[in-house]
Amino acid sequence: MLLVQYLGLAAVLFCLGVYGVIARKNGVMILMSVELLLNAVNLNLIAFGAAYDTAVGQVFALFVIAIAAVEVGVGLAIVLLIYRNRSTVDFDQIDELRG
Amino acid sequence: MEAAFTILSLLVIVAAWRVVTTQNVVRAALALVVVLAGMAPLFIMLAAEFVAVIQVLVYVGAVVVLFLFGIMLTRSPTDVPEDPDNRRRWPGLIVAVGLFGALWFSLTDAFGNTSVDPKRVSDTADVGSNLLRENVIAFEAVSVLLLAALIGAIVLARQD
Repeated sequence: MLLVQYLGLAAVLFCLGVYGVIARKNGVMILMSVELLLNAVNLNLIAFGAAYDTAVGQVFALFVIAIAAVEVGVGLAIVLLIYRNRSTVDFDQIDELRG
Repeated sequence: MEAAFTILSLLVIVAAWRVVTTQNVVRAALALVVVLAGMAPLFIMLAAEFVAVIQVLVYVGAVVVLFLFGIMLTRSPTDVPEDPDNRRRWPGLIVAVGLFGALWFSLTDAFGNTSVDPKRVSDTADVGSNLLRENVIAFEAVSVLLLAALIGAIVLARQD
């Protein structure tokens, strides 16, 4: 197996996640796209760790998984709060700070 | 190995495509389950069994349940499901394709001949000792961060 096969798969996942973050306006769906981004990064870390025969890649992937869980918890709490105050999860309507 | 990788990567890519294009929020969450569960065998193929198990436990077990709760609690009051996309579909597509082109060019340029061949069957012991020796400060910081996020999520979502 070539390393670049795994890296290419991770790149595809990352680009799909970027597309989702840009093109979605539902807050929950934006968070799902961010999960795709973080998973692509995990695959990269583990592939590099395996290619260079070190455990550090896996350790960093574990850190990324923990941070992703934190991000989803706080992010969904914020989305819930926006929904309770505005009755919408449409992030294009949350633009009070736009200049 | 090669065939398994092809099947798994096709499955993951199609499911990820569904996540970012489907109009139904619940279907997006279920496609996300396929992506996250499909990553676990890929991790096992890279000799990262521990991360694969944690992936299934944390993502498929906890994160997806959180997402489903979030979808349940933020359903639109009218029964008509609104379009979850905005008007930036084409700019998003252009950015994604351009980014992939740049990534693919630089990756094949830098790592085109590097082969990955996980020799050891399992190195979970290495992961554990690395986690609790070299990276112990980061490990403890993550535990504090988890506590802070727990309190923060409760404070944000509490009704009063």
